[in-house]
Amino acid sequence: MKATCWMGKQSVEVVDVPDPKILNSRDAIVRITSTAICGSDLHLYNGLVPSMEKGDILGHEFMGEVVEIGRAVKNLKVGDRVVVPFPIACGACAACQADAYSLCENSNPNAWMAEKMWGHSPAGIFGYSHMLGGFAGGQAEYARVPFADVGPLKIENGLSDEKVLFLSDIFPTGFMGAEMCGIQRGQVIAVWGAGPVGQFAIASAIMLGADRVIAIDRFPYRLEMARDKAGATDIVNYEEVDSVSETLKEMTGGRGPDACIDAVGMEAHGHGPMYVYDRVKQATKMESDRPIALREAITACRNGGVVSVVGVYSGFIDKFPMGSVMNRGLTIRTGQCHVQKYMKRLLGHIERGDIDPSFVITHTMDLSDAPRGYEMFVGKDDNCEKVVLKA
Amino acid sequence: MEVASRSTASRAEAGKADRLANALGWFSIGLGLAQIAAPRSVARLIGVKDDDKTTTLMRTIGVRELASGIGILNQPRAPGWAWSRVAGDVMDLALLGSALNASDENRGRTVAASAAVLGVTALDVLYGQQVKRRQSEEAMADERGTTAKDGDREVTRVITINRPPDEVYGFWRRLDNLPRFMRHLESVEVIDQQRSHWRAKGPADKTVEWDAVITQDRPNELIAWQAEGNADVYNEGTVRFRPAPGGRGTEVVVDLRYDPPGGAAGVAVAKLLHREPGQQVYDDLRRLKQVLEIGEVVVSDATAYPGTPHPAQPDVRAEVTV
Repeated sequence: MKATCWMGKQSVEVVDVPDPKILNSRDAIVRITSTAICGSDLHLYNGLVPSMEKGDILGHEFMGEVVEIGRAVKNLKVGDRVVVPFPIACGACAACQADAYSLCENSNPNAWMAEKMWGHSPAGIFGYSHMLGGFAGGQAEYARVPFADVGPLKIENGLSDEKVLFLSDIFPTGFMGAEMCGIQRGQVIAVWGAGPVGQFAIASAIMLGADRVIAIDRFPYRLEMARDKAGATDIVNYEEVDSVSETLKEMTGGRGPDACIDAVGMEAHGHGPMYVYDRVKQATKMESDRPIALREAITACRNGGVVSVVGVYSGFIDKFPMGSVMNRGLTIRTGQCHVQKYMKRLLGHIERGDIDPSFVITHTMDLSDAPRGYEMFVGKDDNCEKVVLKA
Repeated sequence: MEVASRSTASRAEAGKADRLANALGWFSIGLGLAQIAAPRSVARLIGVKDDDKTTTLMRTIGVRELASGIGILNQPRAPGWAWSRVAGDVMDLALLGSALNASDENRGRTVAASAAVLGVTALDVLYGQQVKRRQSEEAMADERGTTAKDGDREVTRVITINRPPDEVYGFWRRLDNLPRFMRHLESVEVIDQQRSHWRAKGPADKTVEWDAVITQDRPNELIAWQAEGNADVYNEGTVRFRPAPGGRGTEVVVDLRYDPPGGAAGVAVAKLLHREPGQQVYDDLRRLKQVLEIGEVVVSDATAYPGTPHPAQPDVRAEVTV
């Protein structure tokens, strides 16, 4: 089959590899119809996530048709149309039973690597480094899906791929980002990053009852999408203001937003000496992540507010403003999304027409064009927001 | 109190360990700084390619070296920092191993660098053992009513399994279940209620065998065993099953004491082959958890096939299962 492989820093190729087969009794093989490039794939592309090997198949947002099932899979049959959640989860461990699927205790066969880096291991993830399991990803014609009786969501109502594909990651991820804010009526939420996850965090914050949602980014086309499609009430281009924090104070009567969502993660941009500092430290591996958006979200948040982090971080950061967090009683909430917990509920929103997630798609191309898709997405060429690949 | 109760002999040993700690700590810092400041020169010195990937890797390793060095100098008696050096050594050996496979040029330098790292690994293991033994000797003796025999190695690993103690104990007590999750075991043959015959893959894929006898058996609580007679690898240990608080199943605690073939050098070789016993015991426990919680050992595309590293993509070969 054809598959998009990581070949080294800023190099992906679509190559022929063997077809996947059943390896565990609860596996399914899915013929992929649509798959997408995630913003977090760009961290792999840029070589910032450790433990990638040449030839690793990328991709963790995918859907398609079940073509084969393992002997222990009872809920699916060949021909079913499914969306596959990006965290791999067993459904039986203590974490899964507490709905914390991205913390599954059994799905990472390379847990020892994650433990060396992070102390404990989270769940395995499709196409996301050996440290997170060494599972082949879904930017391919076929994928092996472990625990097929736990993860995949059946789509039975004929909704288009474009409407349901993002249930695999970015819609639930944005939703969890908003849910972790504990939004109450009348609240003001600020969202750093108007990439695809940021767009869904904005839309979800509105769905969950926020009074105002402020989108922060540097690309006018992304801010326009946030305002016109996702429902942001206000937009801030951080390159056009002196200080995001001061701007947010002005917009919120001096209080600061009730909750701040970091939908940016480890490759944040910014301006000023701190940005240069982080670029240098990251380039020399003295820190792995550039926490510019996170620092800003913390200092901007109102006293006693919530900072919700769904942007991906991989390792260590410097100049973390812990004094601000502690003295002002902030709550930090974070995590890889427990997609399995949210899929059904969010499918309901799509079915009822509350939201059409396809609004983020700016480019659709053939799987064989994946390398061009990565280039466009990383370079923000042609106002690129989200690339969908058709297999 | 600990110092007051220590004998003169063990004070002398502690002094030796601290001097070793100092040397290893400064060595880490020196090497770390060199790797960060001049990654290409270090790469050339040890005979690996000085391309961008290596430079990045070298700097990452440099940061790690600095961290362990500073850690060791600050807390010379905390075994964690000593083991961070050992973990680092294993990583370096693996990297040098792949450099050896990758190219013929500079093979001599890579071999020399490997030998140097192997030497340092032995020192690190020695130091880690000194620190750890000092801290655990009395505790272990209290726990089991025995004293550590010179030359033995010890590991303790713990995991929580979402199943009740009687089920976990029952599974383990049927010793022929053990090869289902202990990757290095080829077979366990039950001879009678107490005795069994074990076959395992040792270093360099040599089969090692021994008879074991169960010395203590407290249903749902504890099993203790000991190798009998002329074992290839002398080993003894206990596995304890205790209820996890809050109804979270069972905490399984394995204490293993063993006398590896070749002593410290044997341990270093085992580490080189990624068979470091502590890691191996923990990986085995994780597979036990998988077998009991979900019925089988989970594999990924990168871990299902013999030989590492394997990229995260399917393979036409038959997968290995435990």
